[in-house]
Amino acid sequence: MLPLAGCSGPLSALDPAGESARSAAWLWWGMLGLLGTIMLVVFALWFLALRRGPAKTEADAGRTARWWIIGGGLVLPMTVIVLILAFGIPLGQRMLPLPVAGGEPLQINVTARQWQWQVNYPDTGIRLTDEVHIPVNTPVDLHLASDDVVHSFWVPRLGGKLDMIPGHTNVLRLQADEPGTYRGQCAEFCGTGHAHMQFRVVVHDQAGFRRWQQGVRE
Amino acid sequence: MSQAPSAEQQARHDRFERVWGNRPGWGALSAVNHTTVGLRFLVTGLAFFLVGGLLAMLIRTQLALPEQEIIGADLYNQLFTMHGTVMMFLFAIPVLEGAAMYLIPKMIGARDLVFPRLSALGYFCYLFGGLIILSSLFLQIAPSSGWFMYTPLSSSEFSPGMGSDFWLLGITFVEISAISAGVELVVSILRSRAPGMSLQRMPLFAWYILAMALMIIFGFPPLILGSVLLELERAAGWVFFAVEGGGDPLLWQHLFWLFGHPEVYIIFLPAAGIVSTLIPVFAGRPIIGYRWVVLAIIMMGFVSFGLWVHHMFTVGIPQMAQAFFSVASMLVAVPTAIQIFVWLATLWAGKVRFHLPMLWVMGFLIVFVCGGLTGVMLALVPFNWQLHDTHFVVAHMHYVLVGGMLFPLVAGLYYWLPHVSGRMPSDSMGRWGFWLFFIGFNMTFLLMHLTGLLGMPRRVYTYEAGLGWDWLNLLSSVGGFVMAVGVATVILDIVLHFRFGRRAAPNPWQADTLEWAIPMPVNAYNFASIPEIRSRHPLWDQPELMQSIPAGEHRLSRIEDGRRDTIGSDAISGEAREVMHLPSNAWEPLVTAALLAGLCLSLLLKTYTLAVVFAVLALVACLRWSWVNGLHPRMAPRDRSGELPLHSRTTDGPGRWGMIVTLMADGTLFASLLFGWLYLWPVAPDWQMPEQSPLSVWGLLGSGLVLAGALGLWWRQVQGAVSVGGLGLVTGVGLVHCIALGLTAFDAGLAPGNSAHDSILAVVLAYLIFHSGLTVLLTGLQVFRVRHGYTSRALPYELRVLHPLWGYTVAVYWISVAVFLALPAAFGGGA
Repeated sequence: MLPLAGCSGPLSALDPAGESARSAAWLWWGMLGLLGTIMLVVFALWFLALRRGPAKTEADAGRTARWWIIGGGLVLPMTVIVLILAFGIPLGQRMLPLPVAGGEPLQINVTARQWQWQVNYPDTGIRLTDEVHIPVNTPVDLHLASDDVVHSFWVPRLGGKLDMIPGHTNVLRLQADEPGTYRGQCAEFCGTGHAHMQFRVVVHDQAGFRRWQQGVRE
Repeated sequence: MSQAPSAEQQARHDRFERVWGNRPGWGALSAVNHTTVGLRFLVTGLAFFLVGGLLAMLIRTQLALPEQEIIGADLYNQLFTMHGTVMMFLFAIPVLEGAAMYLIPKMIGARDLVFPRLSALGYFCYLFGGLIILSSLFLQIAPSSGWFMYTPLSSSEFSPGMGSDFWLLGITFVEISAISAGVELVVSILRSRAPGMSLQRMPLFAWYILAMALMIIFGFPPLILGSVLLELERAAGWVFFAVEGGGDPLLWQHLFWLFGHPEVYIIFLPAAGIVSTLIPVFAGRPIIGYRWVVLAIIMMGFVSFGLWVHHMFTVGIPQMAQAFFSVASMLVAVPTAIQIFVWLATLWAGKVRFHLPMLWVMGFLIVFVCGGLTGVMLALVPFNWQLHDTHFVVAHMHYVLVGGMLFPLVAGLYYWLPHVSGRMPSDSMGRWGFWLFFIGFNMTFLLMHLTGLLGMPRRVYTYEAGLGWDWLNLLSSVGGFVMAVGVATVILDIVLHFRFGRRAAPNPWQADTLEWAIPMPVNAYNFASIPEIRSRHPLWDQPELMQSIPAGEHRLSRIEDGRRDTIGSDAISGEAREVMHLPSNAWEPLVTAALLAGLCLSLLLKTYTLAVVFAVLALVACLRWSWVNGLHPRMAPRDRSGELPLHSRTTDGPGRWGMIVTLMADGTLFASLLFGWLYLWPVAPDWQMPEQSPLSVWGLLGSGLVLAGALGLWWRQVQGAVSVGGLGLVTGVGLVHCIALGLTAFDAGLAPGNSAHDSILAVVLAYLIFHSGLTVLLTGLQVFRVRHGYTSRALPYELRVLHPLWGYTVAVYWISVAVFLALPAAFGGGA
């Protein structure tokens, strides 16, 4: 899975442990390959252009130019855009909090304030600070809100971020592949405590999650 | 000139210098000449660049190692806020405006910009505003909520100090210079080209600057409005962005990025213009695909206004909107790619001479293409959700901005240095500077992509060890310092070249554009005579211009009445239409800017009585300025009997064009206000629309009808019935309208402290009263000018200048009645 060993890390978007994060990582490697190649080809063409002699006639120059401009200026970017969107849009669609077949996703409310995360499970009444517990392989909907300024909820190894904006509630869908502890971090600048506004997501196996719920309630 | 100028030529030069030169000593502060003002912009901008760079060095020092506490969180926040603010508002935009101001008249064959005093006003507003903003840093109360100033973090509750006020007031003050430069460049490019220079023959650089200037006109007003609203919220407790009371913090983000995204292209376009100018010169052939480039510029200008939401993909906006903005953001790759491949084709077909400026152009191509490609990546929404607000974006943005602006700027600096100094830059030291900068830059920012992918968010003042970011940050910091050494080398090289550079031959790079026909080092008046242009590449196709221009063989080769003048031409065909007489050295700009600085400072210190005094004095200064204008004998020469009329004796001079372009900016501000109303109404969570509008319908209709009546009377005056009595009557009726409007506003009993609805209405009313009042005041002034004979039936120029303002005032009045009164009534109150 990991093309490079240096890509792991507790907050690495390239070390995915959830479906959304994995899609984003794939998009990265795919686009890096495609766009990186284009970049190298363009650089090579420039290098050649600097070395080579002038065009023999003005008609020659005109032909080359048309070729370059239509090929490189129109066809190339349009093709690349279509290609990227063709892969990107379906993958992005799957990240959305769409209805889940056979049941409701687990709802967790997270309210941010300078500089902590208040986590609340509406169905069980469990309340936590700076810590989210979720079951593995289960879609989870995080209902994100803010009590003061704009914050952003981000667990890079599980999926993309979503802002928490006063007066609004945004819903972020996450799903983890394997049990473990994942780090989260506020991603929208929120004042002097921004750098330290962190949290962790503990992913349990199904049984472990039930045990944890019971343990907290007792 | 290779041969020494003849005695006659020297005598002509001396006569021109007497009229066009600056005053000696302190009198130089009254200079309005575009060469002087443009160079002042450039030098001041470079000074601010060094300040911004110093802040970057401090940031990189703090981030070099994990868990450092050299700089605390609060100071760090001030540093990165100021780094962004200084680089964007005090360096990038003003420097490019300065370059455009310096180059445009020289490239299009004019002697000055068409509103020289406005350039000087813009410069002083920029200088004073910049110093006010910087002073906050030295007092350690600098703004600290980011250069994007997101509410509510920047609101009085979470940023109680003066920092945000410094930003909002200071930047708005600086923006005066941007808008004035925008107006000035648009009108100059359209109306003062050398005869025969049709749009088709215009140098590409002028196309780029025309697009940039128009984008300033449409791009800056949303930010100006946003800043004014946020300052009102902070200082007076009005409600626009606070949820409580019916505002929405997202409105700020929309207004900010409505400006913020076009701004990126406002910076990129002139830089790309430099590249499009240099590449053909060093390839020794005309650019291939001139029309393609013009098309790409226009497309870029339009598309860039449809991208702003891509800064907001993570705020939770509807999917359809995201898809639209995602596609639009990627589409901008098309005009960019067209330009890249036009440059490539030109190099391919030409014989490339590799001089120092070309090195920086190649640096630009590499760095900018790289940044453009990561831009395409970030435009993809699912990828953006991961990388938004990480160091990946920091890297991308620096690749685009440093690549797309700084590299071409330095290329341009080296290229046009001989023009200013008459000396060539050194080759070896310049190369050292380039490689140090280029290697340092890539070391800092290439690695930073990975830092972001590994999860490092932006705007954190420190980070834990062991997250995989340690070595990356250390190398980025080292690279940053290498880059700084590169900057120092380049500056040293440029400074030394003024002393040690070898003398430049005429047209040292064998360029095609007119500015190189000016003898070096540059003089005050550009062209001793203004030639007829018959080609897109005048110096390649009409090489005799190098001699015939200074020899006075073309138009306007004599100074008449001891006045400055240049040729006004048709906007499209470039045919000569009039002689534009231009103002000479003047103190009005400095005085007005100083009074506005006083206004800005007194608002900052919340001494509102003093603010009113400064505002009134500034208004008086502006009126005085406008009085000594048009056909005032100190401004206008006696009527001349030439083939071309004086512009003040026509009906369509530059003033009228300036008025129309200014109103385009003004209209954008008004449209942004409408946007705010139509946005908050359905979106803001706590928005309250009262059952019945607090404004009296009869008051508004009555006042509006009186205004329409005044317009009718005014119309007759403009149509030819110019008289003291007639204009007096217009003024009187207009005054009645103003009073009725004022009473209606007063009678409404708005409570802007409680609701966003009332706050917006209050702003709209203030806007309408301001415009009505201004229109009436300027019409009243015309009464006196008719009496002095500056305006008359035979000389209706000033009425023609004022005419669009009347139309605008009436239009915004009735649009406001429709949108703020009729629309809520139609959709039922309380919605």
